[in-house]
Amino acid sequence: MLKKRIIVCLDVKDGRTTKGVKFLDNVDIGDPVIMADEYYKQGVDELVFYDIMASARDRGPTLDLIARVAETIHIPFCVGGGIATIDDIRNTILAGAEKVSINSPAVRNPDLLTAGAAIFGNQCIVLGMDAKRDNTMKSGYRVYVNGGRIATEFDALEWAIRAESLGAGEIVLNSIDADGTRNGYEITLTRMISEHVGIPVVASGGAGTVEHMAEVLTRGKADAALIASMVHSGDYTIEAIKNELDSRGIPVRQ
Amino acid sequence: MTGIVDYNAGNIRSVELALISLGIEYRISKKPAELASADRLIFPGVGEANFAMKELKNSGFDSFLREWAASGKPLLGVCLGSQIIFDHSEEGDTPCLGLIAGSVRHFPQNFRDRGLKVPHMGWNDIRFQNGGSSLFAGIRDHSDFYFVHSYYIDPADPSIVTAAVDYGMSVPCAVKKGNVEAVQFHPEKSGENGLRILTNFCLEKYSGGATC
Repeated sequence: MLKKRIIVCLDVKDGRTTKGVKFLDNVDIGDPVIMADEYYKQGVDELVFYDIMASARDRGPTLDLIARVAETIHIPFCVGGGIATIDDIRNTILAGAEKVSINSPAVRNPDLLTAGAAIFGNQCIVLGMDAKRDNTMKSGYRVYVNGGRIATEFDALEWAIRAESLGAGEIVLNSIDADGTRNGYEITLTRMISEHVGIPVVASGGAGTVEHMAEVLTRGKADAALIASMVHSGDYTIEAIKNELDSRGIPVRQ
Repeated sequence: MTGIVDYNAGNIRSVELALISLGIEYRISKKPAELASADRLIFPGVGEANFAMKELKNSGFDSFLREWAASGKPLLGVCLGSQIIFDHSEEGDTPCLGLIAGSVRHFPQNFRDRGLKVPHMGWNDIRFQNGGSSLFAGIRDHSDFYFVHSYYIDPADPSIVTAAVDYGMSVPCAVKKGNVEAVQFHPEKSGENGLRILTNFCLEKYSGGATC
């Protein structure tokens, strides 16, 4: 049986892991390679690294960090932030990442998803999407770019469906409203997107308890739950999270 | 010495890094001649079948891999490498290497209606078939491995399947035919269980013929 994945997200800025609330006030919380190794040993299923300043500064992916992470852990990890060209994708994959998450550059140049999938396969092309509640949009959610700073005219649901047809093999769906609040995932948004695409959806933003995770993996129909604060804060270990999910009948890798 | 085939298709680096962490002697090359003296060969790959076959032809690895398979030396295909060793892939309607008889097919279209996402992405447990393989020595039946694929291998001879995985149906995920062995999942991305498989292939007295 396919397991629900527990993914830890490391927001990276200038080579250090940071964590902020609603994309602001980022504080240094550690060395990403050491943290990745710790979560690997705890049994995390996958990791995501976001170079959170890359889009804003128009900088390429941090290849050195990717290489050091790849030397240390032997599970899949995805890299996002500043991946805007085929060369960026190639360099990231060749450095040892399993997948690339493309967010703002995909909005500006949707063909990048298609071109990337044609060369590397859609399984390594992940659409990163930051969505925010907006009742003027058809689905009720608007897509934002540049780390949640700039609103687009894209409707979240329409963009998800289109991204799949363009070549995305997975969607990491982040709720700007829920991000960093630890009050729970955006269940309505996650379920709506997951029910309308045929590719895996990773729920992101708002995890505070294992109950939140269980909710988004069942009622929210997410294929994976992305967490950050819960484990970065030391409140939970991956092992404790998995044991609790398992006791709630959710299939996890033990 | 273990050779790694580098043909511009995907996360070759991950395989290399896994071998480094295991202390396994290896050589990675884009030139077939540089791998001719290897004792065994890993044929990895992530990506699109048509693109990969073009790269194999351009580099001369297509004929090299056919000759290698005929030589009797161990070959381990991984992910896309496990698919391209078959006759044909539905991905891009691509004629492949034909080292093993069979096809590579896309997951059925009705998966979407059944709520099954494609790619089959994530950790899933494998069930040993037909006695398993010495490749799985030290690994418990139903251990989890990391999968990422939209196409699956469909061997003409079901008796060569050494492991299967359940995803909407029973999906063959490991095969062994003589010296040619292949796994659909990513041992280099499957934590300690995956590293054990690479160790079994590279370090132990791997016969390519015995079963566990």
